[in-house]
Formats: sequence, C-alpha cells, structure tokens
Amino acid sequence: MREITYLEAVREAMTQEMERDEKVFLIGEDVGQYGGAFGASFGMLEKFGPDRILDTPITELGLTGAATGAALVGMRPIAEIMFMDFLTLASEQLVNQAAKLRFMFGGRATVPMVLRTPAGSGTGAAEHHSQSLENWFAHIPGLKVVMPSTPYDAKGLLISSIRDNNAVVFVEHKLLYKTKGPVPEEPYAIPLGQADVKREGKDLTIVATSVMVSRALEAAKTLAEEGIDVEIVDPRTIRPLDAEPIIQSVIKTGRVLIVHEAVKMGGYGGELAATIAESRAFGYLDAPIVRLAGRDIPIPYNRTLELSAVPQVPDIIAKAREIVQGKV
Amino acid sequence: MQEEKVRTISKAEAAEMLRLMYATRAFEEQAEKSYMMGKIHGTMHLSIGQEASAVGSISTLDPDDYILGHHRGHGLCIAKGADLNLMMAEFYGKEAGYCRGRGGSMHIADVAGGNLGANGVVGGGLPLAVGVGYGLKMRGDKRVLLSFFGDGAASTGAFHESMILAVLYQVPVVFICENNQYAMSFPARKWTSSERLAGFADSYGMPGAMTDGNNLLDVREAVQKAVDHARAGGGPSLIINNTYRWRGHSKSDRNRYRTQQEIEEWQEADPIRRYRKLVVADGLFTDEEIDDIEKGAYEQIELARVFAEESEEPSVESIEEGVYAP
Repeated sequence: MREITYLEAVREAMTQEMERDEKVFLIGEDVGQYGGAFGASFGMLEKFGPDRILDTPITELGLTGAATGAALVGMRPIAEIMFMDFLTLASEQLVNQAAKLRFMFGGRATVPMVLRTPAGSGTGAAEHHSQSLENWFAHIPGLKVVMPSTPYDAKGLLISSIRDNNAVVFVEHKLLYKTKGPVPEEPYAIPLGQADVKREGKDLTIVATSVMVSRALEAAKTLAEEGIDVEIVDPRTIRPLDAEPIIQSVIKTGRVLIVHEAVKMGGYGGELAATIAESRAFGYLDAPIVRLAGRDIPIPYNRTLELSAVPQVPDIIAKAREIVQGKV
Repeated sequence: MQEEKVRTISKAEAAEMLRLMYATRAFEEQAEKSYMMGKIHGTMHLSIGQEASAVGSISTLDPDDYILGHHRGHGLCIAKGADLNLMMAEFYGKEAGYCRGRGGSMHIADVAGGNLGANGVVGGGLPLAVGVGYGLKMRGDKRVLLSFFGDGAASTGAFHESMILAVLYQVPVVFICENNQYAMSFPARKWTSSERLAGFADSYGMPGAMTDGNNLLDVREAVQKAVDHARAGGGPSLIINNTYRWRGHSKSDRNRYRTQQEIEEWQEADPIRRYRKLVVADGLFTDEEIDDIEKGAYEQIELARVFAEESEEPSVESIEEGVYAP
C-alpha cells in the first residue's frame, strides 16, 4: 500500500470530505495561503477557494463559536486551533456551547463540527505550545475526543469525525505529523469509539495514546529481546472509550501499564486505571495497575529537560520490566 | 414625526406588537409570581421594561429568519412567535417545554421556529452569531439573524472577536445591544455610554445606530434598515437599544447599586405605555381596544400557566437523552 505521512493523511481526509460534502468547510488561523501552521491545509485554498478555507485573524474564541454556530444551522465545519494550548481561549464556546446545545435544547439541535488541534511536546516550543489537555475535554459530556496515533488512523478517524453529528475534538500530535505509514487512497471511516490492538503479546498490556503508541511499540522490540512479550492497546478515541479490548487484554496478560504524555495528576490514565479496576479484569491482575505519564510540571524549554518531562522509550522499557519482574 | 411613523404600521400589525409586549409583561409577572409561590426552582432574569426593544426589533423579521438571545430573553422568545404554553412549560421544567425541561428560563430555544436559543453565558451567543450568519451566507440563503446581547457582553473579548469576524466575512447579522444600564450590579456608565457603544460600529467598520430602546417605533425603524441591509448582502450592523430593566438582575438582587428614584424615572418611560399613548393619540386604536388586547394577553398567560402546571415532569429514565446525536 502507498505510504503517506500523518500530516498528509489529515489533509487527504479533509480534502476528500470537502469534495464529497459541500457543507464541510475549514476555518482557522493561517489555514489559507500559509497552508496551516504545520501545513495540514497546504494547497487547499487553491483547490476550494476562500469561501470554504477561511483564514481568520487571531480569534480562537470567535472562530470556535463561528464553527459552532454554522453547525447549528446545518453546516459541517472543521475548525483548526493552531496549538492545543490555545483551546484555553476557545473553551467557552467549545465547552459551554458546542458540547451542551443539543442537550440543553432537549435534543432538538445538532452540532456537527470538528475541532482539530495539535498537542504535545518535543518541538522545543516550551510551556505555551506543548501541552496535552485532552482530558479536560474528555471530561465534558457532549464532546467526543479522538487521538490518532498513526497515519492510517488519522485519515479514517478524521473522516468519521467530520461525518459525526456531534462536536469532536480531534487531537493530533506534532511529532507524528512527519511519520509515514500505509494509507489507502480511497476514503474510509474508522468508527469513533473503537480501540485497536497495535501489537499482540501475553506478558503485559500497555495502553498508550497518541505519540506514546509508537514509543510503546519501540519499547516492545527491546522488551521482546529480553523475553517480555508486550500487548499494546490504543484506545484511539478517549471519549467514548471502547473499554472492552482493554479489559480483555488485561485479563489475558494480568498486568497493565498505562502510558500518556499529559501530566499524571488528573490525566486520562486515572480514568483508564479506574475502568480496569472496576471491571472483571480486576481479579486477573497479577500486579498493580501502573501509570507512566508526564511529570507534574509545565513543559520546559531546555532540550534535556523537555525530553525528561514526558515518557520516553527507555522509561517505558524500565517501567515494563519492573512490572513484569514484580518490582512494583 | 412620531405621528408619521405610527401611520407606517397597519392596525393589525400594531395590534400584534401590542399583544406581544403585553404577553411578555404578563409572562414575566406570572413567572415572578410562580417563583414567589415556590413553583419554580432556580432563578430567572426578567426583562420587564425592555419590551419595545425585543418586539420592535423582531417585528422587522420574516417568520423564517433567526434570532439568538441572551439570558434575559423571555421577550425575545415571545416576539419570535414562541408558543406560550410550551414556553411556560419550559420555565416550569416540564417535559412538554421547548427544551423538555432541560434548559429552563435561560436556555429556551426553538430551533425549528428560528429561535436558536437564549444563552446563560454573557456574550456566549455572539461568536455563534458569526457562524450562523456564515452558514446562511455560504448556502446563499436569504434569511438574516438578529443577535441580541447586553451591555455586559459588550465588555467581553467575545464581542471584540465576533465583531471582527462578522465584518471580515460580511455575515447577514444585525447585532443588537440592549443596553439596560447594568451588568448585574456594574453600571455601564462607568466604562461606556450608549453613544460610545454605538461608536463601536464605526470602529469595526459596519453601519451602526443608537435608539431610544423604549420607543418601539424608533427601535423598529433602525432595525428594519439594518435587516434590509443584511438581506441585500450588505453585511452586519450594530444597533444599541438604550433601555432599562425594572427588576433586579435575578432573584438575589437587592438593588443596592441603584436608587429607587432612578427605577421610578425609567418606569415613567414604560415602553408599552408610550406606544399605547401614541397609537391612541393618533386615533389608530381606542383605549378600550387596547384594554382588550392587554386582557387577552393576560388570559393567554393564565392558560399557559395552567398548561405548564398540569404538564408532566420529565422522566428520570430519559435523563441521558440528547447528550449526543446519533
């Protein structure tokens, strides 16, 4: 199969959906001539024109609300927020309006929109351009939160998100944009709320999200050489969560390590740990449920400090070993 | 001058506007009563004294045009043609209400009827208005939107961003600021004035106007011009309706930030009585005819109260419905 990057997969999903449905449009800062801060919409202005590729001034709240309002009258907007950190500015419209309009109006309104945003550290962009805030939004009834980890998932999940009749927060990762993988040329939809087993194994389950999926896969290679056979489950959508494959995997392996980039306190790992602990998998656990997450600090600028702020491959290897060797 | 304006409106339309203003007054008086009697929980934000702004503005719309409201929006709903029974039922939190009892006073919406909702967040409707307008424009739809907000919203960042985007995309939206002089307790005069609020229009690059918001004819004339402008593809406008809320911000308000004398002075400028005087002086109506309209409005509200009180509570089994669309 043809290989393209995660970034190209995002662009292809938007392009194909805009070709299919004239109600779909893109709105965001620098999405037009500039092609998006990371290039996600490169060339789309030329293809679709300025009425469907809307460049905005710096108005995170305004553009998020504009997307919500357009959705309320039947359009299917995609809003791009340049960095997930800036969702703090957009949150009023996303959390109070987009997420709640349907319920608040007794189920008599629909808000089909996608808010795409790159999260994560590793680019030296420091405190204001590196956060992973997905759990803030996973906490909100009415929103869906999607976190693709591969180019294949990025395309299929973005197509589903655009076709979904709800407000979807689509969390991309900056470090994944340049990663390549096989992606079918034709449009395809991966259902939201469907976890994916990225590697099968029998000794330890690693539940990882976003960029941590590829780090876990990398760690699994080293661990395999040591005789530790790791299974990796990627929830792909954190709201709604498809818990069953995670529970089944933990029943099989008896051990679980949860890995995410966001800080541990209040992070999604707590939700996953509780979901496992509350399930029938509890009785099968041979070791405590362990979380490996970002340190409880803002993302620092210095390269060494930045790398040390979030889990890296050696951290995953070390923690997996500890769990399997009964040292936790 | 006023006399000439009175005569531009047919008797039937004038009667309807009087009915809507009286219905609003009656709805809110009933709401207050029901609350006092312990029949309503939560709170409410009454717009008594602001009826001409709502009715005058919305009277310029076609039935399938849109409005977006604020949290003091009973009058906006009624002026947009809300079914008073369904509205009162929503106020009572009943299943038969517009939002199945999920939204209440601050969130009444009738999407099918063009009312895209009141809003509990001050300034929350303004960014939505840009998108509604853009959606309409993108589809080549000839409908327009009136986006209502207050002086409190005019100080938010949402206002600034929304005005900028509205002008940038030339959306068919009329932004109507009902300056009722106080954002909860904070007096608008401490940071602005109706004149300066109207001046924002020029700053952002759109037509603007300031009205005597308690003069229905003045409101209607300014809004009609802006609606025609939007419908013709001319883009957004900003109108400031200078008015006053007689009641407190909500039920917890003890009016510590204003004087009784100030309230009474504004009550002298009662928008309903002013319009009534004009049409009677002009000979369009007799006092008895208007008494009948007023009485009819209060009777309708009484029927709505009975409907609401007799309606079913929503079932707890249905509590999770409507969070997500299929």
